[in-house]
Amino acid sequence: MDANFLITTIIGTVCFAVLAPVIGCLIDGIDRIVSARMQGRVGPKLLQPYWDVRKLLGKDKVAVSGSEDTYIGLALFFAILAGGIFFSGGNLLLVVFVITLSSLFFIVAAYSTRSPYAEVGAARETLQVMSYEPMVLFMAVAFYQVVGTFDTSGVFLLRHPAICTAWGAFIGLCFVLTIKLRKSPFDISSSHHAHQEIVKGITTEMSGPTLAKVEIMHWCETVLFMGWVGVFFVFSHPISILVAVLVALVIYLFEIWVDNNFARVKWQAMLKWAWIVALVAGGLNVAVLAFI
Amino acid sequence: MGFASKSPWVIHYDASSCNGCDIEVLAALCPGYDVERFGIINTGNPKHADIFLVTGSVNEQNKPVLQEIYNQMLEPKVVVACGCCACTGGVFHDCYNVIGGVDQAIPVDVYAPGCAVRPEAIIDAVVEGLGVLEQKAAALKENQKKGA
Repeated sequence: MDANFLITTIIGTVCFAVLAPVIGCLIDGIDRIVSARMQGRVGPKLLQPYWDVRKLLGKDKVAVSGSEDTYIGLALFFAILAGGIFFSGGNLLLVVFVITLSSLFFIVAAYSTRSPYAEVGAARETLQVMSYEPMVLFMAVAFYQVVGTFDTSGVFLLRHPAICTAWGAFIGLCFVLTIKLRKSPFDISSSHHAHQEIVKGITTEMSGPTLAKVEIMHWCETVLFMGWVGVFFVFSHPISILVAVLVALVIYLFEIWVDNNFARVKWQAMLKWAWIVALVAGGLNVAVLAFI
Repeated sequence: MGFASKSPWVIHYDASSCNGCDIEVLAALCPGYDVERFGIINTGNPKHADIFLVTGSVNEQNKPVLQEIYNQMLEPKVVVACGCCACTGGVFHDCYNVIGGVDQAIPVDVYAPGCAVRPEAIIDAVVEGLGVLEQKAAALKENQKKGA
């Protein structure tokens, strides 16, 4: 590992830590307004997610387990680090592993509370990780086959965007994106909308400032995942970055539409379909790329 | 105005209501009144909630449940008694098993009368509760400063 890589990663991570929560917060605000309009409501103001987090930070500090806040802090740190590595042109495979590590700390935080509701949520979150992970790895492999390197900066040397030959992996990614963004029909670990089933799943015991960190972590994750979507459309032409941003927005709107139109499924169905899509869309794509 | 009153998350508990008030509480969240405009979200988790909406009168069976939910909520928090039964015991006030209104079990900040309580009255009561919430948030901040 050379010093140059280390410095770009650190700068990238600091920039991501500053910018991603802002962008993620605005995306979340738009998400809530669009969702409300789809349900025939007016919905909250654009900055409502920011106000929610500020309120949570001002709440009294109470924790069932002393280590919970530390685990959540680590989950947030690794989510930011993953974003930093990705947007500074680092290794995509490393990004996948670091963001998974972040998810694991989130799960451990829920387990550390020993609450039955949080444990059910944590078990379900584990199943979610199990469901989307194969497809995410297929995406990284397909990316390597097309670009010739795992480094995301490699896309700027391409003559055609990766989507031309890796559209199977892209479709697979869009499918598991619903799980990663914790949206219905796959919001089984935290019951995003109803706020009723298994109390609040994985975040049941998290409150006040700890919950605020979870929200900020979700914002960072959203920005990173939109980056994954966009990276398929970037190539040597500078205008492709604009196209990538637009595609990411369209895909996010599509996710909101899916979120509002599909009822939550059981975990068995989620696992089955996520793996089927991973093997068909991702697996075939990787196989075909290996032979051409 | 602080952030406490900009994102009041509510939790709703039916002590022993006839369900009339419960339906009106939920009606306030539906498209007709859409209280999410003010950042109000219905949570099922006392640890996430700021405002506690209680409907129905209190009896010996549900008193500990009510107190448990209240104790699990984090400061700053506000309790709103929704409907006549929650305020005073209502038509059930002289039943052999009824203790009375919600204030017999936990401290109540705002009373919203009505049988059943109208969604407008609930929204009014919650807005009134926001003032109390803001005061409590300021007091908590003061205490935290002193403690630090």
